Amino acid sequence: MSKPSDLVQGTLDMLVLKILALEPLNGWAIGLRLKQISSDVLAVSDGSLYPALHKLEQRGWITAEWKSSEKNRRAKFYSLTRLGRKQLEKETSNWNRVSAAISGIVKLNEA
Amino acid sequence: MKFEEWLHAWPLRLRALLRPHEVDQELRDELQGHLEQQIDENLASGMSPEEARYAAMRAMGGIAQIEQQCRDARGRSVVDEFVQDLRYGFRQLRRSPGFSALAVLCLTLAIGANAAVFSWVEGILFRPYPAVAHQERLLALAGTARGESEATELSWPDFLDLRRSCTLCDEVFVSKITGTTLSNGDHAETATGSIVSANYFDAIGVRPMLGRGFEPDEDVGSDAHPVVVISYQLWRNRFKSDPQVIGKVQRLNNLPHTIVGVAPQGFYGTFVGWAMQFWVPASMEENFESGGYKLENRGARWVEGYVRLKPGVTRAQAQQEISAIAARLESSYPGTNRGRGIRLWRLWETPFNDASDLLPILKIMLAVVLFVLLIACANVGNLLLVRSFARRHEMTVRLAIGATRGRLLQQLVTEGLILSGIGTAGGLLVAYLCRHALVLMEPARSGATMYLPGEIDWRVLTMSAAICLLVTLIVGLIPAFQTRKLDLSGTLKADSPALAGAREKTWLRSGLVVVQVCLSFILLAGAALLLKSLQTIRNTSPGFLTTSVVQTRVSLVAAGYDVPRARAFQDELIDRLKALPGVESAAFARVTPLDYIAYSSTPIAVDGYDTPTDEQPTVEYNQVGPDYFATLGIPLLSGREFTRADDENAPLVVIVNRTMAERYWGDQDPIGRRLQVKGRWARVVGVAADSKYESMRESSRPFFYVPLRQDFTRQPVLNIRTNRSLDNISAALLRQLHELDANLALYEMITLQEQVNRSTSPQLVAVTLVSILGGMALLLASVGLYGVMSYAVAQSTRELGLRMALGANAANLFQLVVSRGLRLTTIGVLLGTVAGLALTRLMGTLLYHVSPHDPLAFGLALAVMTVIAMAACLLPAWRATRTHPAEVLRD
Repeated sequence: MSKPSDLVQGTLDMLVLKILALEPLNGWAIGLRLKQISSDVLAVSDGSLYPALHKLEQRGWITAEWKSSEKNRRAKFYSLTRLGRKQLEKETSNWNRVSAAISGIVKLNEA
Repeated sequence: MKFEEWLHAWPLRLRALLRPHEVDQELRDELQGHLEQQIDENLASGMSPEEARYAAMRAMGGIAQIEQQCRDARGRSVVDEFVQDLRYGFRQLRRSPGFSALAVLCLTLAIGANAAVFSWVEGILFRPYPAVAHQERLLALAGTARGESEATELSWPDFLDLRRSCTLCDEVFVSKITGTTLSNGDHAETATGSIVSANYFDAIGVRPMLGRGFEPDEDVGSDAHPVVVISYQLWRNRFKSDPQVIGKVQRLNNLPHTIVGVAPQGFYGTFVGWAMQFWVPASMEENFESGGYKLENRGARWVEGYVRLKPGVTRAQAQQEISAIAARLESSYPGTNRGRGIRLWRLWETPFNDASDLLPILKIMLAVVLFVLLIACANVGNLLLVRSFARRHEMTVRLAIGATRGRLLQQLVTEGLILSGIGTAGGLLVAYLCRHALVLMEPARSGATMYLPGEIDWRVLTMSAAICLLVTLIVGLIPAFQTRKLDLSGTLKADSPALAGAREKTWLRSGLVVVQVCLSFILLAGAALLLKSLQTIRNTSPGFLTTSVVQTRVSLVAAGYDVPRARAFQDELIDRLKALPGVESAAFARVTPLDYIAYSSTPIAVDGYDTPTDEQPTVEYNQVGPDYFATLGIPLLSGREFTRADDENAPLVVIVNRTMAERYWGDQDPIGRRLQVKGRWARVVGVAADSKYESMRESSRPFFYVPLRQDFTRQPVLNIRTNRSLDNISAALLRQLHELDANLALYEMITLQEQVNRSTSPQLVAVTLVSILGGMALLLASVGLYGVMSYAVAQSTRELGLRMALGANAANLFQLVVSRGLRLTTIGVLLGTVAGLALTRLMGTLLYHVSPHDPLAFGLALAVMTVIAMAACLLPAWRATRTHPAEVLRD
């Protein structure tokens, strides 16, 4: 499985969970939201996004449902599950710890 | 994966497994949707449709790859892997058809033998009565007598009292096997039937297919209700499936009976070993049984019973209640019930039908087929080992490109499952084909239908599945021993077998061969013991002549003879027979020895013998005509034979056997002393030597004879002592018979030797079964030994060539290989002897006057094993002598 080389390993999962925590979205919208939020810094190729979504669904963190989108097009909408919310909390606190440590180290180097 | 996640994932995986196309389609739709949305977006930002499309596809990348990545992300389930392994396994097996066929054949035979024996155990011992409801709560009911080890029958009044007082049983019902004659031209045939209590059909939950069962009052009175229910077979064969058969009249013995019902197809009555053809209510007992009207006689024990327990009641609880009832009967009726009890038996221990004969055989068979199964597993395991060596390279490559050892193990076990699965399917087919095999091994009897079915139901299927699983694990894990040792770089680099590895493999294979030799030696020893036992039984003198005496019956009852006419006819026929050339003598008797027809029995009293107060001696006796002892060749030790003068008008006389004389008169001469038989005093006129009465295996017991004329029956057995052949004397007898009365028919005629053979048929069945399976085991073991030896020779050509180059000649090499094979055989035989000496003791009751440690039987087994082992080594040894040292050493 190819992993987004431009993202810290495992962060894509967290970002997707975070986005879905706000509202259920389909794959295309999730990709769009990722680019918007990160101001195009985190460009995630669609090739990485969909396998990640399927993996998250398989693990029970998100669940999928076929619904009609605005233009009356049927699309698969993903939403966060209870398990996913727990996972998001875990990963967020983990991320905060790690990023705090890393930025601490980076600052140390500057000084 | 955590449990919660697994809980979420399995419906998705199940769906992917069951509806793979739907899931794939959704994936395509999802990605296509993404693409279209992107195109819309691009169009909105002002691109031309063409441009919009290309840009969207560029942004997305390869759709096929994304699809594959999504599938991978979903993960492969165990089931997917299993299906994959299954496909791969089948391909592997197709690639080596010789190996596959041999392995499947081994397993089919071994699993088939297991399934067949399970189905017999189920069909004969656990669920013996097809169509009978709730057999799991059914128990056999019979009497006991103090001082006697064997079960006795029950009296009708005792049965009625028991049925009234038993609160823990849903149903109590009795039956008694009987027979009648249905003549067909000048052949008379026995039809086997049951005399039953009126509640019989209701109690067993069998509804007649036509007509009705018996009404509640039809077992009351004397000859009061001449009604009969006939079997489906009889209805088909004799009444040509006549739908109007109800109400028709069929003569049974003395009386015309009205057919009131036809039993449903697949119901054979409730007597293991026999298919019943008719049922009559107990009120008709006098018409079928000797000994007068017994329904009001508490001393006449003649019925055998069953109870169905209420749900939740245990055998011990019911036995407690029934024992209490028996004790009350004993104190109320001491004259007839002193020392008498009533006991419940599990169905498979039923004391009064063929179950008791077959139980020990089937027990042994369970052990035997397990041995055969283990031998077959060892054999298939050995074959797989050879193949795993050939597949060593494949396994190593798979490990090298990332397969885990667990994954390889899964693959090996799956291949084992394919083999054992096919073997089990084939085995069940074998069991199905063998379901009536037990009957085939029994000697045929004219008229009487033996019925010993195997039953393949869910319990047998479950056991077979368990066996299949066991086999899978054994044959799958044996080659797994090899993969455990795989050395990645070593094997990939050098393609020649590593010496150390080879030695270990040889060790494992040799071990498997030793196991096979050991197990088949035990089976051989067992078969030899049974064979010797059968030989001993058949060579034991029954106490009467066997080869020069023939016996048959004449259908006087069916022809409507009354007692005076029958008496006159019998005398006339004997006179005519004695006048025939080649006939030494002829005599009638009510019962022929070793038959299934029961002797009469009576409580006795003896002048001058004080009976212990808690004992009511009961002795069996036979009604015999003049010259009976001369005809059967039973020596008279003192006194005289019965004569024509001992008729119904003469004083009552008896002849006792030696054991009875010694028990009741001790040192004194019993001649002239008095014996009370059925309440009447008779005088002893002779003492006869002991002989066998009911079974060849019985030990000597008290027995006496009364003149046929003084206790008459119209249809006795005719015994003829002659030097003429069976067909010859049969034709002569038929001529004489038809000169007297053209309406008479003759029953099947057999020699007494045949009678002895029939009575020892359970031993014959045991010998046949164990020999067949022992032979199978031997064959498997020799194939195993051959395999190991030829493999060893093929592996050590270099060593053999070296030896030859250093001066060994062909004879040396031959000896080298054979001695190696014999070494394995010797170890196997030694282990087998030790285990066999311990195990053959379990054969206990099957062995007649043969020690379970009989040196001759073990010696025979050793001889056969050695010869077969030698034979298995010959070809590999010969191949060893053909080694060309120059070629081998050059390679």
